[in-house]
Amino acid sequence: MAGDNIIETQGLTKAYDGLRAVDSVDLAVRKGSIFGLLGPNGAGKTTFISMLVTMRRPTSGTAAVNGFDIKERPDDVRKSIGIVFQDPSLDDELTALENLEIHAAMYGVSKDIKKKRIKEVLGLVGLSEKSKSLVKTFSGGMKRRLEIARGLMHHPKILFLDEPTLGLDPQTRAGIWEYIKKLNKAEGITVILTTHYMDEADKVCDKIAIIDHGRIMAVDTPDDLKDALGGDVISIECDRDGHCAEELSKLDWVKSAVNHDGHIDVRVEKGEQKIPRILQLMEAEGVKVESVSLRKPSLDDVFLHYTGKTIREGEGSTKDMVRLRRKAFGKR
Amino acid sequence: MTDMNKELSGIYALWKRELIRFFRSKSRLIGSLAMPFFFLAILGSGLNNAFSFGAASATSAGGGGYLDFIAPGIIGMVLMFGSMFSGMIVIMDRQFGFLKETLVAPISRLSVVLGKAFGGATTAMIQGIIILFIAMLMGVQIQVLNIFLLLVFMFMISMMFVSLGIALASTMEDMHGFQLIMNFLIMPLFFLSGALFPLTSAPELLRSISMLDPLTYGVNGLRYLLTGSSEVSFLLSFAVILIFTLTFIGLAMYLFKRIEE
Repeated sequence: MAGDNIIETQGLTKAYDGLRAVDSVDLAVRKGSIFGLLGPNGAGKTTFISMLVTMRRPTSGTAAVNGFDIKERPDDVRKSIGIVFQDPSLDDELTALENLEIHAAMYGVSKDIKKKRIKEVLGLVGLSEKSKSLVKTFSGGMKRRLEIARGLMHHPKILFLDEPTLGLDPQTRAGIWEYIKKLNKAEGITVILTTHYMDEADKVCDKIAIIDHGRIMAVDTPDDLKDALGGDVISIECDRDGHCAEELSKLDWVKSAVNHDGHIDVRVEKGEQKIPRILQLMEAEGVKVESVSLRKPSLDDVFLHYTGKTIREGEGSTKDMVRLRRKAFGKR
Repeated sequence: MTDMNKELSGIYALWKRELIRFFRSKSRLIGSLAMPFFFLAILGSGLNNAFSFGAASATSAGGGGYLDFIAPGIIGMVLMFGSMFSGMIVIMDRQFGFLKETLVAPISRLSVVLGKAFGGATTAMIQGIIILFIAMLMGVQIQVLNIFLLLVFMFMISMMFVSLGIALASTMEDMHGFQLIMNFLIMPLFFLSGALFPLTSAPELLRSISMLDPLTYGVNGLRYLLTGSSEVSFLLSFAVILIFTLTFIGLAMYLFKRIEE
């Protein structure tokens, strides 16, 4: 495994009766990074992650997690990773402390460091006051934070988060991302996450892989993904439009400049760098600029480009329906 | 921590979880004791004088009432109901997610089953012992032949049924089948076990089917250990229970291993 990578997969495949849920995926995740896996429902994200966390065996291909082969050394893989599932996996009838103790026992956290570690992780997620409270009294956000704390108990090198903020209100969501970033910095933990919230993925992830139909469509930093799409739109309101548009079109770094309703829409690469040049140009021409706006392609645009669908589309599976129904009846 | 230590600490933690949950749920504790208590207090006392069991009966030669007759059977009932329930609520763990936490941990599935089984068996035994005391308080004639053997036997019965519960739960995804199992498995097993009526005087057909019921041997063994006599020889009861217990434990482990989340 290349020095810097903490996860490497080669041709990882999972097939069910000829249908390839995960189709020959080659992926590398750099140690200490926050890595996002984005894809519509049924894209293969969950199956891919289940193989990495050794919950499912691959049909073919290999993968190494923290240096351990997922087929040969599954227990070593499990000891290196922490997982927070999309659906809660806490015991509601027990206290936060009791839940953490069971986890410590199953993961072989020795008794002398157990107490200290429990205190640490609860402090990290802001639940120190609630250690003796029953989990069923916790809000959705608190449960999620407890699960993150639990996932960290045994000092994993990698934390897998499956939709960590799904179903939470915006404030709580922001809080969770804060914890994740803090963790990543403070503990140097590599974080692999899946999410529907593109804007959040954009802000938090160092690198993003877009997956659809079991294959990786693109892997890059959020900014590069958006830049690769190209076509920032700089929208300028000016008085002598017709003339400007012509002039701008002549420039080789302008893809197109279109005139409409007192605006010129200029499509360029890296728009934020081009605005000053355009404004300088227009000043030189003696054109008065009323206003300038810049539309950057968002991850939504990137996603649409690679998968042909927006992230909220795609059929809901039965599991999703059960999940939604359960949430509606307050079993979270 | 060595691997063995980790497995043991995992088993202990999961055992402890069963006990915590049991004692924390007052309604479950009271509920599980209510039915057997009513059987003893109402059915037992009610029929006590209507039926007399002489020397040819299943109780001691001095003859006892119906209450004395059914007491061991009711203890068996509590063990069975309690254990099966514990085993089957693995389905709830499955539905509400805790199971996933155990499946993804670096602990063998064997240990997960054992922790659950030992915990369920322990809580069932606690219920059984409470009912035993209640029976004694109600005046049931009990002479414990061998306390150690009694506890071992009760433990085996409990392990047997908790394993059966786990085995069944491993094949079910939600609680819908639970009702079916209650009515078409648990109740018949109880009624056919000779807990409520002596098998020797029962019709041929009923008697034959009863011989296939593991609880029959459990109840008979308990009757022997608590009163000194039973319809089926103790040695046979012990052997049959032992075989069933080991078989069901094996079955539970096999089916649990096959769960794919």
